[in-house]
This record gives sequence, structure tokens and C-alpha cells, in this order.
Amino acid sequence: MSQKQDEENPAEETGEEKQDTQEKEGILPERAEEAKLKAKYPSLGQKPGGSDFLMKRLQKGVSLISYPLLLESKGILGMKSIEQKYFDSGDYNMAKAKMKNKQLPSTGPDKNLVTGDHIPTPQDLPQRKSSLVTSKLAG
Amino acid sequence: MFPKFSLRSMFHGAGGGNDIQWCFSQVKGAVDDDVAEADIISTVEFNHSGELLATGDKGGRVVIFQQEQENKIQSHSRGEYNVYSTFQSHEPEFDYLKSLEIEEKINKIRWLPQKNAAQFLLSTNDKTIKLWKISERDKRPEGYNLKEEDIVDIKPANMEELTEVITAAEFHPNSCNTFVYSSSKGTIRLCDMRASALCDRHSKLFEEPEDPSNRSFFSEIISSISDVKFSHSGRYMMTRDYLSVKIWDLNMENRPVETYQVHEYLRSKLCSLYENDCIFDKFECCWNGSDSVVMTGSYNNFFRMFDRNTKRDITLEASRENNKPRTVLKPRKVCASGKRKKDEISVDSLDFNKKILHTAWHPKENIIAVATTNNLYIFQDKVN
Repeated sequence: MSQKQDEENPAEETGEEKQDTQEKEGILPERAEEAKLKAKYPSLGQKPGGSDFLMKRLQKGVSLISYPLLLESKGILGMKSIEQKYFDSGDYNMAKAKMKNKQLPSTGPDKNLVTGDHIPTPQDLPQRKSSLVTSKLAG
Repeated sequence: MFPKFSLRSMFHGAGGGNDIQWCFSQVKGAVDDDVAEADIISTVEFNHSGELLATGDKGGRVVIFQQEQENKIQSHSRGEYNVYSTFQSHEPEFDYLKSLEIEEKINKIRWLPQKNAAQFLLSTNDKTIKLWKISERDKRPEGYNLKEEDIVDIKPANMEELTEVITAAEFHPNSCNTFVYSSSKGTIRLCDMRASALCDRHSKLFEEPEDPSNRSFFSEIISSISDVKFSHSGRYMMTRDYLSVKIWDLNMENRPVETYQVHEYLRSKLCSLYENDCIFDKFECCWNGSDSVVMTGSYNNFFRMFDRNTKRDITLEASRENNKPRTVLKPRKVCASGKRKKDEISVDSLDFNKKILHTAWHPKENIIAVATTNNLYIFQDKVN
């Protein structure tokens, strides 16, 4: 994959030589890709391995309310596992309901909850039940 | 860089120098392309005899398949795997204290060695490990939650200083007090639980020195280890990072003894792979029963096998196009650059949504289970 410097040192391995940066970017595909990325996102953090990135990536056991999101950067584990953060359980259920395109679940026929009429507590909200459909692998 | 490839260059498989030809055996799961998130397979594991094969999915469900007894009359194929039991292992939870949703996705399944008629397996999501007992008689599973116990905690005092996370862990197959865990920085630590209850000090640290002149923005991300597996012998361990598979001798900490490139052609695509998040895909890897061949997945529903003895490798595809039983799989080749030959596929044509993250190899036979997004393929070597 790497090009060799034929004129000067045909036998030497490219990666181990001391060359100037510009030559390297042309030779090492990784460096060329890095240049591409920085051209697209100039404000990308200098230290990709720093804790800011891991903070955004880690969603388990870490509250993100205190850490500002840098939208142009990604964590060491990427954005993929970042799920929506919720202010509280009410917020969580709102988001779930929207996704499922359903009405907000009510607690029962005799409690007609209206927004602002009653402050919901975790106990009011039904547990999200997973699908009870059998896996298609077993079908 | 890539070995010259032709249809005849099959590798020598386990158990003597016969060429292995892999054949389609079965495929499980829905045909339609519209995949529900719950159906995404998240783990695949054979039990110790290979008679049972378990899968877990994002919907928290476990499906167990059992191999049929071989048909003694028709010996041209091994027994098929049919559904033995299926159950809901984990349910979604909402952690009210942290305002976080805990996924029901099954991260791992591990079988316990069988002691009596009942089968035991462990299934885990992000929070809870469950022990399931499946009685032989009625095949109905009973579950038990295990008490959580921290053995390794690398959380820094101040979470803002967090720079490294644990990515995978495994117990040594023979030495029950020893385990390894890998990190997002590409290191592996071996710990002995007899040394102390909290194994924050390792007894061995495995790390390959990096050439500083090669370092780039992507270096740390692609060095993150997504899986670590001990060999059956217990003498070696294998790690998977984004582009390669490495074999380590437990007696040598400073570098791996073998390195196999899975899809080196992706190095010139890292920018796009970072943008579409694929660079963070967590591929797993596995050993065959005799530790002579290792296997791992890639994109475009390709999977790769490396023979440690012959140093030959093969790329195969899990596709419904080859789904007639006993159809021999044709080796695949990716064209990295230059003129694309017939039957080759160019890097730009690869489907990065079709990724094989989970594979498993029968502990004794040449039968493999390969999971695409929502289908489970079973392949076996051609008998006679």
C-alpha cells in the first residue's frame, strides 16, 4: 500500500524512515485520511484520546448534563453508542412515545392526566415492556 | 501485500492436511431487508460439546439450537441445528437515579460445562448477569440474577480524567483464577484474582510498541481492542482491533507473535469510516478447536479465516445467494486499488451496513456459525 522512495533508498521500509511531514502525508494512507478529516472539521480536537471524547461516548453511568457536547468531535468509542439523554423519566417516556408514534400512556381509565395538572412521578409511568414477539431466528 | 489467490488455494484445515471446502448448511432468520432493532444478533456461542448453539439479540432474547444426531445412513452431512429453546432473557430497564436507559441487548452468552442433564448458561446485558438453567425434560429455562461484584475498576477519581475504558474480558480456560481484559488503548492486562480481591494491579501487561512516526488521529481509535479470546490450549490469546487480528504468547508481553491483516484496504478509507461511525464497530474473533485456524468478520457480509500453520487465508461471504445445502462457498477477493479483476469487488462497492461482528466455531468439528445483522448462517466443511 505504501509507495517506496525509489530514487534514494529503494530497499528501506517507508514507515521507519525519517521524512518530512508532507512526504509522509502522501505516503501513509492514514495520514492522508487524517488530513482529509481535518479539512472537513477544522475545529476537531487535537487530542482524540482525551477524556472529553470518552465522556461523550460513555453513556452508561455517566451523566452528560455537566459536560458540553462538542458536535464536531467524537469519542474514542464513537457517537454510535450515545443514546438520547433524558432529563428524567417523564422525558424518557415522551421520547419513547414519540418514537413509537403513540399517545402518551395514561395510568388508568379514571386518571385523566393533563399536562400541567399533575406532576408525574416515576411510579405513575408504566415500565417499557420489550416486545413479547418470539425471535425470528426461532421461527 | 495480499496473498495471490485462486479458487484452488484453499487452506489446510484442522486435523491433518486435507483442504477444507466450506459449504452452506443452514440459515436462520427472516429474509426481509426491513430489520427491526430487536432482531439484531448480538452474540453467538457454542456450548462445550458443540451440540448446542445459543444466540442473543438486541431485544434481550436468547435462542438455543440443538444439533440433530447424525444420520448414520446419509453421512454426507452433519446433523442440522434446530430450535431447542427460546426465552426472553433481559428486559429494558430505566435507571431513575441516573436518568439512563439500560438496554436489554444481550452482550454475551457463556455456557457452563455440563455436569448433569440440565444445561446452564450465563447471559448478560450492560447491567445484569443472569444464570439460566434449562432442564432437559421440559426445556423451560429458569433464571437467576447474579450478585454484582466489581473485580476490576479503572474509573479515575474524577471522571473528566477518563482516558481509557475496558473493552473485553475473558477467563483463562484452564486457570480459573486468571483472566485478561483489554482496553480502548490497545493494551491487554492479565490478572490473577489470588493476588487481591480488587485486581487493579496486573501481573502482565501486553502491548505492542507503536512507531511514533506512523501515528495519526486515527491511531488510538483503530488500536482499540474489540475482542480478546484465549486459545483452547490456554497458551495463547487472540485480540481483534479494527484492522487486524493478533496472536499473543502469554509468555511474551512486548509484542504479538502473529499478526493477520483483516481488511488493510480500509486504511485509506478511515476518514469516511470515522464519519459514518463504522470505525467504532466491534468485531469479534474466534479459534477453531485445535487452535490452528482463527476467524473474524468484516464488511459486505464477508468473513475471514487465517491458518496459522500454512499462513494462508480465505475470505468467504454469508449470503442467501449460496443457500443450497452443500453448495461450496466461493472465495471472495477485494480489489484494493488498480484494475479490478473479474469476480473481485472494489472497496468502494463494499456494503458497510452488512457487517459480520459475531462468529463462532464448533469446539470439535469444522462447523461454524456466522451472524449477519439479523440472520444466523451455519457452514460446515464438505464431508467426503
